[in-house]
Amino acid sequence: MNAETQNSARDHTNNPAPDHTNDPAHDPGYNFAYLDEQTKRMIRRGLLKALAIPGYQVPFGSREMPLPYGWGTGGIQVTASVIGADDTLKVIDQGADDTTNAVSIRKFFRRVTGVKTTEKTAEATVIQTRHRIPEAPLREGQILVYQVPIPEPLRWLERRESESRKMHAYAEYGAMHVQLYESIARFGRITTTYDYPVKVADRYLMSPSPTPKFDNPKMHMNPAIQLFGAGREKRLYAVPPYTRVESLAFEDHPFEVQEWDDACALCGDDKSFLDEVVVDDAGTRMFMCSDSDHCRDRRAAGHRGGAEGAAAEALAAMTGGTDDGSNKDRAEDWAKDREAAQ
Amino acid sequence: MTPLLSVDAVTFRYGKTLACDRIGFDLHPGEVLGIVGESGSGKTTLLNCLAGRLQPDSGTIRYTRANGEAVDIYRLGEAERRFLARTEWGFVHQTPRDGLRMGVTAGGNVGEPLMAVGNRHYENIRHEAASWLTKVEIDADRIDDRPTTFSGGMQQRLQIARNLVTGPRLVFMDEPTGGLDVSVQARLLDLVRGLVRDLNLSAILVTHDLAVARLLADRLMVMRRGRVVEHGLTDQVLDDPHDAYTQLLVSSVLQT
Ligand SMILES: [Zn+2]
Repeated sequence: MNAETQNSARDHTNNPAPDHTNDPAHDPGYNFAYLDEQTKRMIRRGLLKALAIPGYQVPFGSREMPLPYGWGTGGIQVTASVIGADDTLKVIDQGADDTTNAVSIRKFFRRVTGVKTTEKTAEATVIQTRHRIPEAPLREGQILVYQVPIPEPLRWLERRESESRKMHAYAEYGAMHVQLYESIARFGRITTTYDYPVKVADRYLMSPSPTPKFDNPKMHMNPAIQLFGAGREKRLYAVPPYTRVESLAFEDHPFEVQEWDDACALCGDDKSFLDEVVVDDAGTRMFMCSDSDHCRDRRAAGHRGGAEGAAAEALAAMTGGTDDGSNKDRAEDWAKDREAAQ
Repeated sequence: MTPLLSVDAVTFRYGKTLACDRIGFDLHPGEVLGIVGESGSGKTTLLNCLAGRLQPDSGTIRYTRANGEAVDIYRLGEAERRFLARTEWGFVHQTPRDGLRMGVTAGGNVGEPLMAVGNRHYENIRHEAASWLTKVEIDADRIDDRPTTFSGGMQQRLQIARNLVTGPRLVFMDEPTGGLDVSVQARLLDLVRGLVRDLNLSAILVTHDLAVARLLADRLMVMRRGRVVEHGLTDQVLDDPHDAYTQLLVSSVLQT
């Protein structure tokens, strides 16, 4: 982890933050990245252990953060522990860079680190995310930090922590397929669309956090480092670069990702993860990329979708502006999904 | 013939109380052993020791695996012991909710042990689950219903199906008819007796009910205060008890 070695070796006081007119430099009232050095070291030790045992949940002493649980305090602590002054940070929520959550986390890190921030996946060295993996392929040297609400994939099945720990220790995962069985029995197919369980490096069962199963294949053999932090539950886990990540399935009901009959109304992409959005008061609905950076990139390269005139303008204004209800719907769907699984 | 289970001097203490005092016996393939006694006799503690769920203070329990290898079950690591229990044994609890997942459908409950031993074909699992529901006299139409919608007798039959679906070589039963009405008990007993005979099951059954023991067990062990006071063929023990305590037990049944 080069971010780690750089960071611990660095003396921040002699290393002024990059000069960014929009970004206030590191607020001297806080230690670099808010957490004290001892806490960051403790978290980094946990992350190294997590990387050494891919998919294994490592307990850590989660700290109070200036945001309530549920706002990504686990991911923030992980980011704070691995980020260095030379890093470039991207924060996304549901694929978008400008939701309230993403904006406040980005502001927070600008203030407490002074690092450069970006909305471009390719420029970022650290990406903190909730709910999505960017469409653009990640590369070696990038770190993807996931905010995780519920790290234990066996929770729905086994409420006793002592027992689920044994199930992990002995790789007793047969019962995990019961969840998929129940879904097929009720709906004729596997309906789990978020937080779809995976097996990491052929050993540990892992929750991909509430990312859509559309993104599961991106976790497999990814060149980037994937780090997961659950603040309330005080757990860290990780997928090192180029690690096998397999989504559970049955032989006669193989794993499949979501597909849409539509393409993005703005950029015409029919392969990215699409959100359905309402574009006017008449309730006209259109699809657009959930990854706003990806969509902008495609449009910049000349790709166009079906939206025209006012609808296209309305949509473009929304790019990233995801407080339009669709994400609330998705968050609710996800909550229902979890409840049904309990 | 090699015994399936060979138990030697198994002792378990709760503080100063000897719950099991140097218990020993052999169980042969295809045999059903009944362990009878009143509550506090140590029979349930013994069953838990035998089933790998409670490590005795001393003594050995040797089990002959399907591959012919004899293992001392408490010399195995916990992972291996759990694997053994999952792949070769069954355990029927007195209370169905202890042995079932109440939030999972009947099909999921019966299918889970198949998935736990690596079956990954949905249709095969479902087919096998439906067939087992029928064998325990539950309408296969109920396959997608949760056990919470079942009667107590049905729940117990579902638990039995869940235990037998993987074809275990040895089944432990703890008062399997315990909480049920008399008429429901009779039906369940008939069913279990039929399954034991048809599948040539080896089983260890704990019960306080001599009528249940007479119907199901080939041999009986009578326990009192942690000790075996009488051990023999079921009919002999019940028709011609030698031990004074067994005589008392038998006569109390006859009086009621
Ligand atoms: Zn697009």
